[in-house]
Amino acid sequence: MAAHQTIKSGKVRVLPGFRLTLGFTIFYLSLIVLIPLSAVFWKTSSLTWQEFWHTVTLPRAMASYRLTFGASFLAALANAVFGFIVAWVLVRYRFFGKKLVDALVDLPFALPTAVAGITLSAVFADAGWIGQWLKPLGIHVANTQLGVFVALTFIGLPFIVRTVQPVLEDLDPELEEAAASLGANRWQIFWRVILPLIAPALLTGFTLAFARALGEYGSVIFIAGNKPLHTEITPVVIMGELDMFEYAKGTAIAVVMLVVSFLLLLAANVFQWWTNRYNSTNLA
Amino acid sequence: MTPVATTLHVPARAVPRRSTTEPAWVRRLLIGVALAFLSLFLFVPLFSVFVQAFAKGIGFYCHTISDPMALSAIRLTFLAAAIAVPLNCVFGVCAAWTIAKFDFRGKNILLTLIDLPFSISPVIAGLIYVLVFGAQGWLGLYRNADHPWFPWLANWINDQDIKVIFAVPGIVLATIFVTFPFVARELIPLMQAQGRNEEEAARVLGASGWQTFWRVTLPNIKWGLLYGVILCNARAMGEFGAVSVVSGKIRGQTNTVPLHIEALYDDYNFTGAFAVASLLALLALVTLGLKTWVEYQQAASQNVEVKP
Repeated sequence: MAAHQTIKSGKVRVLPGFRLTLGFTIFYLSLIVLIPLSAVFWKTSSLTWQEFWHTVTLPRAMASYRLTFGASFLAALANAVFGFIVAWVLVRYRFFGKKLVDALVDLPFALPTAVAGITLSAVFADAGWIGQWLKPLGIHVANTQLGVFVALTFIGLPFIVRTVQPVLEDLDPELEEAAASLGANRWQIFWRVILPLIAPALLTGFTLAFARALGEYGSVIFIAGNKPLHTEITPVVIMGELDMFEYAKGTAIAVVMLVVSFLLLLAANVFQWWTNRYNSTNLA
Repeated sequence: MTPVATTLHVPARAVPRRSTTEPAWVRRLLIGVALAFLSLFLFVPLFSVFVQAFAKGIGFYCHTISDPMALSAIRLTFLAAAIAVPLNCVFGVCAAWTIAKFDFRGKNILLTLIDLPFSISPVIAGLIYVLVFGAQGWLGLYRNADHPWFPWLANWINDQDIKVIFAVPGIVLATIFVTFPFVARELIPLMQAQGRNEEEAARVLGASGWQTFWRVTLPNIKWGLLYGVILCNARAMGEFGAVSVVSGKIRGQTNTVPLHIEALYDDYNFTGAFAVASLLALLALVTLGLKTWVEYQQAASQNVEVKP
């Protein structure tokens, strides 16, 4: 009977363990992620719609959304520019210490966020190594919104470099040679040939860096100073509600963040899918 | 009568390939910009951790590191990683096996769900466990319910006084959550790229399922697996946000190393904070070193396969 069915469906499963591994995967996923996550929506449903709306639009929450989104966006943008330059330099040029630099680009992935937080805060403080040079210019980083931007730029850097780098490496030099032989100058080749091919990867990296920055907590809290309405990011607002045992309020703000993160995750997946399809049609 | 010939005889090497590279000054400028940016955000901060850690001398450093509170934080961090990493490793292998070796509906949804913890703020990761296991959460409601389902279970939980939040189990759970996708993320694309031909051949030749896994699949994925484990471990030992929500920060009991750093920092003991932070920074450097080594090994093994 079973054999008959597999032949009918046209697939014979030679490999074992499908049910076991799929079962365990779904069980573990549900236990660790899905069921606990559903508690967020259970807790939020204890609020009426008016209460929910009132909580998520409190001035303190609104100010934190503006800061979190603004700083995350600008940090991802800065990374898109400088991360692209770093990836370009690492792929195309040779210079002393390149391998070390290449390995250290992943530092923000490996360095615990609390360490990054206290370090950036010390280095960019007015008396710090870098802060003392910025102070005469009137630039204060620690305890300002600029500090949030600095921490989020640190966190997002590897996302851009590591998504753009492999695409740059695989870029066919013949395309550039063809463009050059047809009379394009280097600047035209960059804008018309290289950048369009890199754009999907750049966009994916930007989305990943942006999404990561939105939820970042550890590296920001030390450098930002966490002044309500001014330098308080949304995770800090949630944390503040939890410290006062206002679980429903904290959860309501968390739901806003979760929805935005899911939308971004969806966007990133669509970009990835689009890139893959684009590449596969190019190959065919 | 030969000047024409000499002008044509330009050595090929001296001709710059202008068409596909930039002038030297542009190259130097770009390298300069890249290194300046990285110095500002990566190199200077990294270097400063170690300088500030030893600001009060080696004696103070050793004293801070060997403090009982610091040692208990280190023990707890190792414990959390020792539970979280193997569990997520088993999950990663299972998920990669099922996704890469079989076709089924809803595969893309499963892939997206596995990535979910990456896109959730650490604070929210901690929050969801408070909502499940906290005093006002599901576990709290169950313990205090007048007519709970399975009364023996409620009694047992109350008798044992099982605590999850503001205790070690909560810290372990939060660590498992934030490191959940690492191994799976690494293995799924690798095993998808390798296909299922080798395993199918092993099966047809009479190998059992386990033999196929141990002798065919595992040698193929060992570098990817190691890579995932290294990244998973680094995150597990360094997690701050999620753990800080569920820990309660009881010194000597529920403080992990990152939380201990925060406690020292809040006490204005900056040198102490950096001394402990230097341990984690060292861990990060070891992680990067191992990661680079694994990448090198992986590339080497692939080259061997390409040129038999």
